[in-house]
Amino acid sequence: MRRLLLPVVAFLFLAGATSTDTNLTERQRALHVLNRLAFGPRPGDVDRVLNDGVDRWIDQQLHPEAIPDRAVDARLREYGTLRMSNAEIVQTFYAPIVEMRREAKNKADNASVSPQLRKEAQRVMQELVGQRIVRAADSDRQLNEVMVDFWMNHFNVFAGKGIDRFLLTSYERDTIRPLVWGRFEDLLMATAKSPAMLFYLDNARSVAAPENRPRMQPRRWPAMMRPQQQSQNRGGLNENYAREIMELHTLGVDGGYTQKDVTELARVLTGWTIDQRTGAFIFRPQLHDACAKTVLGVHFPAGGGIEEGERMIHILARHPATGHHIAYQLCQRLVSDDPPKALVDRVTKTFLYTDGDLRQTVKAVIDSPEFWDPQTYRAKVKSPFEYVISALRAVNAGIDDPMPVARAMQQIGEPLYGAQPPTGYSDKADAWVNTGALLNRLNFALALAANKLPGLHSDVASLVPSDRSVDALAVALTGGNLTDETRKTIKARGQDDAPTIAGLILGSPEFQRQ
Amino acid sequence: MINRRMFLKSSGLALVAGGLLPNVFVKMANAATTKGRKVLIAIFQRGAVDGLNVIVPYGEGQYYAARPTIAIPRPGSAEGAALDLDGFFGAHPSLASIFPYFKDRSAAFVHAVGSPDATRSHFDAQDFMESGTPGVKATEDGFLSRALAATKSEKGSPLRAVALSPALPRILSGTAGAVSMTNIAQFGIRGGPASGQIAQSFESMYGETVAGALGGTAKKSTDPQKLQPENGAAYPNGPLGNALRQIAQLIKSDVGLEVAFADVGGWDTHAGEGGPQGQLANNLRQFSDAIAAFARDLGSRMSDVVLVTMSEFGRTVHENGNRGTDHGHANVMLVLGGGVRGGKVYGRWPGLASSQLYENRDLAITSDFRDVFGELLTKQLGVGSLKAVFPTYDNSPSKWRGILA
Repeated sequence: MRRLLLPVVAFLFLAGATSTDTNLTERQRALHVLNRLAFGPRPGDVDRVLNDGVDRWIDQQLHPEAIPDRAVDARLREYGTLRMSNAEIVQTFYAPIVEMRREAKNKADNASVSPQLRKEAQRVMQELVGQRIVRAADSDRQLNEVMVDFWMNHFNVFAGKGIDRFLLTSYERDTIRPLVWGRFEDLLMATAKSPAMLFYLDNARSVAAPENRPRMQPRRWPAMMRPQQQSQNRGGLNENYAREIMELHTLGVDGGYTQKDVTELARVLTGWTIDQRTGAFIFRPQLHDACAKTVLGVHFPAGGGIEEGERMIHILARHPATGHHIAYQLCQRLVSDDPPKALVDRVTKTFLYTDGDLRQTVKAVIDSPEFWDPQTYRAKVKSPFEYVISALRAVNAGIDDPMPVARAMQQIGEPLYGAQPPTGYSDKADAWVNTGALLNRLNFALALAANKLPGLHSDVASLVPSDRSVDALAVALTGGNLTDETRKTIKARGQDDAPTIAGLILGSPEFQRQ
Repeated sequence: MINRRMFLKSSGLALVAGGLLPNVFVKMANAATTKGRKVLIAIFQRGAVDGLNVIVPYGEGQYYAARPTIAIPRPGSAEGAALDLDGFFGAHPSLASIFPYFKDRSAAFVHAVGSPDATRSHFDAQDFMESGTPGVKATEDGFLSRALAATKSEKGSPLRAVALSPALPRILSGTAGAVSMTNIAQFGIRGGPASGQIAQSFESMYGETVAGALGGTAKKSTDPQKLQPENGAAYPNGPLGNALRQIAQLIKSDVGLEVAFADVGGWDTHAGEGGPQGQLANNLRQFSDAIAAFARDLGSRMSDVVLVTMSEFGRTVHENGNRGTDHGHANVMLVLGGGVRGGKVYGRWPGLASSQLYENRDLAITSDFRDVFGELLTKQLGVGSLKAVFPTYDNSPSKWRGILA
């Protein structure tokens, strides 16, 4: 089956490498940044960036805090759950479900949770998914949304795991978004203390073996804490998070840690859990492993507390292997599926010299010759998210209801917040390109261009009022040129209406690439 | 409930029913066929089905002691009793529609089987089972995808591997180019009356690489949508019934299907699990009826098809305070189809006495799920070496149970 898949991938890549070895033209540069540092151009965007200057546009995008985004802010005001805390969301949407389950249990019948409650609870995920789509499509802080997508995926939390669907709102808003332009260490620490991650990777339930717990005077716990206390008394170590923070979040799978380091780090992180009353992070010293530990050669004498984990996160965040791992992933996202070693090494140095300054690190990628190499231009296949959003932008779609868009992403293979494994979604094309997914992309393109997707409104004919030729539509929709082959194919069809031509352009191999 | 005679008669094959071959599907092999193409269907019961109430060890007194309110009665002892399989195990009465296949030796069960990893997290355990590398999280692809990559396909059909699910499941993700869909009627270009032309245009743009894939490969020989269930098969309404009905259509329309996957949830019975009736019983009836309808629908084509079920882990031996069961360890698998040496419950039974339990609470694992799949992938799909399929596991044929002839 490799035989079938690889040619599809190869074709998409080969067709992209049509540029010569000369430098990109200014127009190509504008299109390139709109494809890589934004979710594709809207009609007229290429000209706007050209007018402002490509470098100036990049500089603005690197400082999103200075870009007003009033339209999106106003639009998102209708999503009430986006402003609720974890505790409020859990109280409002989850507690009634728990209560109903308890009642059903007592009655010993099979009454499940009422459809009404279920529907109410779905609002939380719908609004979270909705804001992601609206922001990616319509926000003027485009690079910011690209980086939010990158870091949400790097620190993936799966909405399908238990209560996490109620914790992701705060996770994205409070943990990820404020820190994507800050220091990596702060981002890492914030995720380590986020209820969403603590639950997702089980650290919330990882407790010291009873014989390793500190000897404390028995005391009376507040009534609310007792049940949790009892259930945790039976528990023990869970290595899940300790492994993933090293393997996926920092050092990388070949980052030089051992199974022993995983176990020891898990012990260091015992007691890092969720306060059941407030839904917030809490360190519980009585569940922390009080014995001595050694992680990556760092020794912790007996009797430590939360500062042990904080120190390890500090060390992990600045580790050279972490620098390399983060640099590699950023280059893979922004430059190419298999980024050149020289580029990764350079970006690694920036990461390490700047103490993990994420703005400087991203800037190092953008400033690199590799980023601007003609070989890089339109050489990367769009992820499902990138494809769908870029198509919405291409036709200037108005989003009345983002849910059908979310369903399209699911059909194309990557539902938002739906990556089950802690790795998140792959950033390489071979994970996306299969004929089934491609077919779903093409059908999405056709329906979108024909204004037949529920929840969206667009009018491709209005984008080219005077000249409805294939070439005019190609410029309006993609900001650039089609290959001769695609142009010939579409023209050979004879008389088509604008939506059909637009659907073919949005489904073309060129539009699959960025 | 259909009996064996009715089953054969309804398949229009009563004439060949008297042979000595052990498997009912083989007996029917000279009727409608899959043209020799072997197909493997995998069904994942997500949420951890309570295998001890699916295939009941009624010969163990411990079973009844551990489950005062949810146990399935011994065969013949009461209403809703287990259907006797071999004098020790009995099937939940909701499996009545699968039971004739077991009696016909077309279906087998494997008990005390599972993934050796100790996790009791649904999320991790499913992940480990689908990646085929328990305990290793960095594995990017699924083992069925690796199995497909390890076999040669003469004419890489775009529908070689199909998951009836909205997103490509972990088990099929990877380089095998598996396709996921929820509705095969929608697997094609949807561009109104001009769909055919539009598909041609796209195929021209994408070249040979997707030839045939866009214009409706699924419609190649017959429109699978139009293939009605045969032999009087009646699929239950529900996700698994819908999935299996469509998988049968794909098999019948000869699109080159080799592996199909479907999943079905609702097995996480922490409370109010029920016994012969109730929550689990209802789910199991749907499950069994969907599989039985599938086998009946395919009729003699089943001689080239093997269907296998899995679930991430089993459930506690003892029922909990809510008349349910919590997350456990070993579980049971069903294998049904052509070449299956059925009529038998495979696997070494570890026992339910306290000292015999895993971590003092769960059914112990005596067969690794990769032993079962190793055998099926080798014999059914022709995978030559299992090294790349299960890289962290020594999959020696000596561990196979001999489930397939």
